[in-house]
Amino acid sequence: MTAELSALAVRGLTKRFDRPAVDALDLTVRIGEFYALLGPNGAGKTTTLRMVAGLLRPDTGSVSILGIDALSDPVAAKQVMAWVSDEPMIYDKLTPLEYLEFVAGLWGVDPGTSETSARDLLVSLGLEAHLHQRCEGFSKGMRQKVALAGALVHDPRLIILDEPLTGLDALSARHVKGLLQERVRDGCTVIMTTHILEVAERMADRIGVIAAGRLVAEGTLAELRQQNGRKDTSLEDMFIALVDTEPAAA
Amino acid sequence: MSSAVHISWFARHEFRLAWREWLAMMTGGRRRRNRAVIGLLVFAAILHLPAYAVVGRFANLQLPLEPSSLIVLTATVFLSWALMLSQAIESVTRVFYARADLDLIMSSPVKLTNIFSVRIAAIGLSVTGMALLLSAPFIDVLVFCGGPRWLAGFGAVIAIGLSAAAAAIAITVLLFRLIGPVRTRLAAQIVSAVIGAGFVIALQVGAILSYGTLSRFALLTSDAAARFAPDPGSVVWWPARAALGDVEVLMLLVAGALAMLGVVMAVFAPRFAGTIASVAAHPTAATSGRARSFRAGSRQQALRWKELLLLCRDPWLLSQSLMQMLYLVPPALMLWRSFSDSATAIVLVTPVIVMAAGQLAGGLAWLTISGEDAADLVATAPLPPSRVIRAKIEVVLIAIAVIFAPLVVALAFASPWQAAVTAIAVVVVTASAAAIQLWFRAQAKRSQFRRRQTSSRVATFAEAFCSIGWAATSALTLTIPGAAVVSGALTLITLAVAWKISPKPA
Repeated sequence: MTAELSALAVRGLTKRFDRPAVDALDLTVRIGEFYALLGPNGAGKTTTLRMVAGLLRPDTGSVSILGIDALSDPVAAKQVMAWVSDEPMIYDKLTPLEYLEFVAGLWGVDPGTSETSARDLLVSLGLEAHLHQRCEGFSKGMRQKVALAGALVHDPRLIILDEPLTGLDALSARHVKGLLQERVRDGCTVIMTTHILEVAERMADRIGVIAAGRLVAEGTLAELRQQNGRKDTSLEDMFIALVDTEPAAA
Repeated sequence: MSSAVHISWFARHEFRLAWREWLAMMTGGRRRRNRAVIGLLVFAAILHLPAYAVVGRFANLQLPLEPSSLIVLTATVFLSWALMLSQAIESVTRVFYARADLDLIMSSPVKLTNIFSVRIAAIGLSVTGMALLLSAPFIDVLVFCGGPRWLAGFGAVIAIGLSAAAAAIAITVLLFRLIGPVRTRLAAQIVSAVIGAGFVIALQVGAILSYGTLSRFALLTSDAAARFAPDPGSVVWWPARAALGDVEVLMLLVAGALAMLGVVMAVFAPRFAGTIASVAAHPTAATSGRARSFRAGSRQQALRWKELLLLCRDPWLLSQSLMQMLYLVPPALMLWRSFSDSATAIVLVTPVIVMAAGQLAGGLAWLTISGEDAADLVATAPLPPSRVIRAKIEVVLIAIAVIFAPLVVALAFASPWQAAVTAIAVVVVTASAAAIQLWFRAQAKRSQFRRRQTSSRVATFAEAFCSIGWAATSALTLTIPGAAVVSGALTLITLAVAWKISPKPA
């Protein structure tokens, strides 16, 4: 597969802190795919995604986003991508609507469409009653929803989410999952890390398992089962079997 | 556990927390605390030199005092009380809004009145402790030069510290009752800023209007002040008499302050839980739609607008800006007076404006450059980092321009040359403050502003020296231009040294 045909192509990506956090990682995610990146704590998932999002400079390796070299042209790469971390990055003193308008302004979204789209997004996430309230008193779940809406308001072609369901109640989690699946149906690519294996099992087109900074398994659920040699085994069992033999890195 | 045991246990817990917080604030949370504490002790020892310069000549003052000395001493004590009150209001507000452990405390099976009584006492003691620390070099000098009778000064500080804490708690709780939890945070900070600065400014305004000088002592030592002063036996002079070693009065004052704190604890401790619950129930302020401005222009424009909006909604910044503006009232008055009598004292206006601009610019630059709550969002936005920084620095310049332009314009009517020098100096001091913040930037939450000085002592000192340096340079440009070259060069060297030792990106 060439870089131009993939939403994300990572080659030989390496990052060391005290020890290797990501170790010569190769990863390809296709356009329009829902990709779940799994791994135990400290496996290097977040470090990998932060390098892809341009938040961390890799020691070596290359990152291509929709054919754009993200290391040599980070601005162009960021234009088509959105990043949502597990810690919601919002401003306490702005209202959700103001926050989304700010994000739309940063990404240069046409003012004519941004207001409607911001409002629609917030309403679809159940924040209609809070559109004009400052975020300072919001619960973690509400903040997470505002951050997610901010990531979607500029209509990115690649959405990277690090544990996006943390702190969400069942109904909110369902809203978020529905919204992400809708984006994937529209041709957007989603890469998500999660510790909730059931979410990966149900939503992901392909699953990658990372341990000690390296990709130790990848494929559809059926392919992973085939690799594991047991057709009826659960993702949880496979995950434990895969990572139990790999020492954690970072 | 009995009630008494609970109280003593919780008091120990409170003091441990207060001590660690203070230590972290002093050391910037670094692990080499012993070195930091030794450094602080050395610094405190050095502080005795300026203290000697300020109060050394008053060491031989004895009771009975002449009216003008009594007035000056009483005013100084009242100023200290106002500053402590200001600090205490800020502490009480923090207790209400920083709810790190309040949920735990309020859900625990202990009597909340006791717990909050301890917390009120802790506020009183921390305010008093800080005041003792700051006043120690001055009192030490007086004791050394004037004898042990000046030790009573420590007692006077304790009395005014405890009474200031009691008044602060009463004011803040009353604000909650009167205007509600949403508005109290801002109101309390504004009240605290006004109280802190108001007394000095009122004295300066009085001195300018009556005697055409910025010196507040001119008013305090005037015949008019002496004429209005109460007779020597009045209660008004008790704090001054206590500070001068009148043990009987000192005992009465300390007892009165303790009684005040006791009454406040008895009256307000049972209401603390209700007040805190009301803060939790009304944590947010509703805002009418102003989002339209984010869409008005370029990406940098969105960033600039966001920064300006956040600055406008920052209660701390509003109170600090208000305080800066209050400090500008005396020079502005001086300016106004100079139109009629063409006093040469108008030159003093320039360094005051430049200093105020430098201090405010330092705070603004920290908030915009380092205090980014959504650092990841801005870092993942399709904008080169240089443009992000440029937009943030522009915001600092815009804010400073909005605040100081009216004064510079007014100055231009009195002296166009002085106005030009002032304008250039304001721009230079703002750029210096922004540059220092840029070189020493460390990503942080805006809420950590109170501790910004601890993240880099070098940056704090560089910022202060540059403000003083550019203020001096501007004043010298107007009076002794040759000396201004030397002063400007020294300030540039300070900036260069700060840049040289600033952490460089890997």
